[in-house]
Amino acid sequence: MSMLEIRGLNVWFGHGRDRVDAVQDATFSVGEGESFGLVGESGSGKSTILRAITGLAPQWDGSITVDGAMLIQKRVKAFYKTVQMVFQDPYASLHPRHSVDAVLGETLHLHGFSDIDSRVVKLLDDVGLGQKFRFRYPHQLSGGQRQRVAIARALAGEPRILLLDEPTSALDVSVQAEILNLLTDLRAEHGLTYVMVSHDLAVVGHMCARLAVMKDSRIVEVMDVDNLRQNRAQHPYSQELLRNSIGA
Amino acid sequence: MTLLDVENLWVKFPTRQGIFDAVRGVSFTLGKERLGIVGESGSGKSMTGRAILRLIRPPGIVEADHVSLGGHNLLELSERDMRAVRGQRISMVMQDPKFSLNPVMTVGDQLIEAYRLAHKSRRRGARQASLDALSSVSIRDPERVMRAYPHEMSGGMGQRIMIAMMLIPGPQILIADEPTSALDVSVQRQVLSIMDDLVTSRGMGLIFISHDLNLVADFCDRVLIMYAGRVVEVCQADKLHEATHPYTRGLLNSLPRLDQPRAKLEVLKRDPAWSDAPSVSGRA
Repeated sequence: MSMLEIRGLNVWFGHGRDRVDAVQDATFSVGEGESFGLVGESGSGKSTILRAITGLAPQWDGSITVDGAMLIQKRVKAFYKTVQMVFQDPYASLHPRHSVDAVLGETLHLHGFSDIDSRVVKLLDDVGLGQKFRFRYPHQLSGGQRQRVAIARALAGEPRILLLDEPTSALDVSVQAEILNLLTDLRAEHGLTYVMVSHDLAVVGHMCARLAVMKDSRIVEVMDVDNLRQNRAQHPYSQELLRNSIGA
Repeated sequence: MTLLDVENLWVKFPTRQGIFDAVRGVSFTLGKERLGIVGESGSGKSMTGRAILRLIRPPGIVEADHVSLGGHNLLELSERDMRAVRGQRISMVMQDPKFSLNPVMTVGDQLIEAYRLAHKSRRRGARQASLDALSSVSIRDPERVMRAYPHEMSGGMGQRIMIAMMLIPGPQILIADEPTSALDVSVQRQVLSIMDDLVTSRGMGLIFISHDLNLVADFCDRVLIMYAGRVVEVCQADKLHEATHPYTRGLLNSLPRLDQPRAKLEVLKRDPAWSDAPSVSGRA
């Protein structure tokens, strides 16, 4: 059964002659427990798809179905128990004057949990941070540690789908390896479904089983990673992308 | 031929906890070649590039036995003489074109200003030279770009304009600090090949600072690998994948690869001995 199904999705910004069509006619589906990648150059609309799913890009039409329920324009509270997002820049996505404890505690409170104290402890352990980080502020954490906090925050509501928007592109390669391993473990432990946006084909190839290639606001190809590895991309743009990443 | 000779370079920042050494005793020479400096954030690679141009502001301290460019020790020059070195003899391309171009001047005015500062020429000659500079970095419609403001340009265009501007005075050395990390993979290649053509055809020396090992392996001739302010290994770029230092090996192994799928990526285990070992000399 598919966990996330997107049919004929269009997303646009602005009105009238300033209208920009950021995503046009996007269609794909992600099965339960699957990891799906979206790749393409900047401005191709890959992040916009994630933002439309979470409700951060309000102007869209087409259909988005999450776990069998079709989304309407307004998101209900239960939606955020199912779907959570991790953003690209861990420096910008954490409040500079909230401690890790406050960030996670508030999120848990909003999700309606009462045993907040024990859950904060559990979340920190889950993302491999441990207790000594609980009362630190973001400026006392490294980039990798911040991204772990952002992942813990996303996991707080025990979601079933995680939307990952370039989760490692702001990090060093050694830290990237740690975060990708963490995401792999978490998916296995919690049976999560991932949709991951990246401009790095190697990262998507490592994390995902299937991927969609985007160019100029359209999905040009959806393929298996095995096909990608064996250099069997169909669309000329995917082939070019592949050449650029293999050469690297 | 040696263009630049750096011996025992230190960059220090006094803090409340004592002096922090960002760069610790780095030595290398640069000929007419493409020299890569790689390392993680905080390894001191950008500081090395900035220290050469004396762009480190007080309270930061730059010390070295010598940083010589054509027989002159740059550390002994007056600030006035140093201004004649920056841009004219050593140019620098920064990471993000959004922050290094003037947002309230057209691209054309900025290029013309750079040209006139370098060549003391009249406006008309400067305009033609600027147009030529833009064409040399594969900008198709230079007339239009001259009239445009930086925010109207894409990242790749902006970076090419920066490169054009840096090359106008005809420097001998170009320091490129992560010139392509804000760009897409497809545009990255394009910018690199433009930079490569210009550097090769003019016989310049290039210092290419990057965190991307594969890019450096592809693009440079020689590579210095930095860790905690020191050079831990020097190797030929095409032999980077045969590197022996455990830190370099760790970095290479932590990269996901399309052709070698793995369930888990290797995680770098840091050894305190790496940062204690003396800096390896990068003399050619």
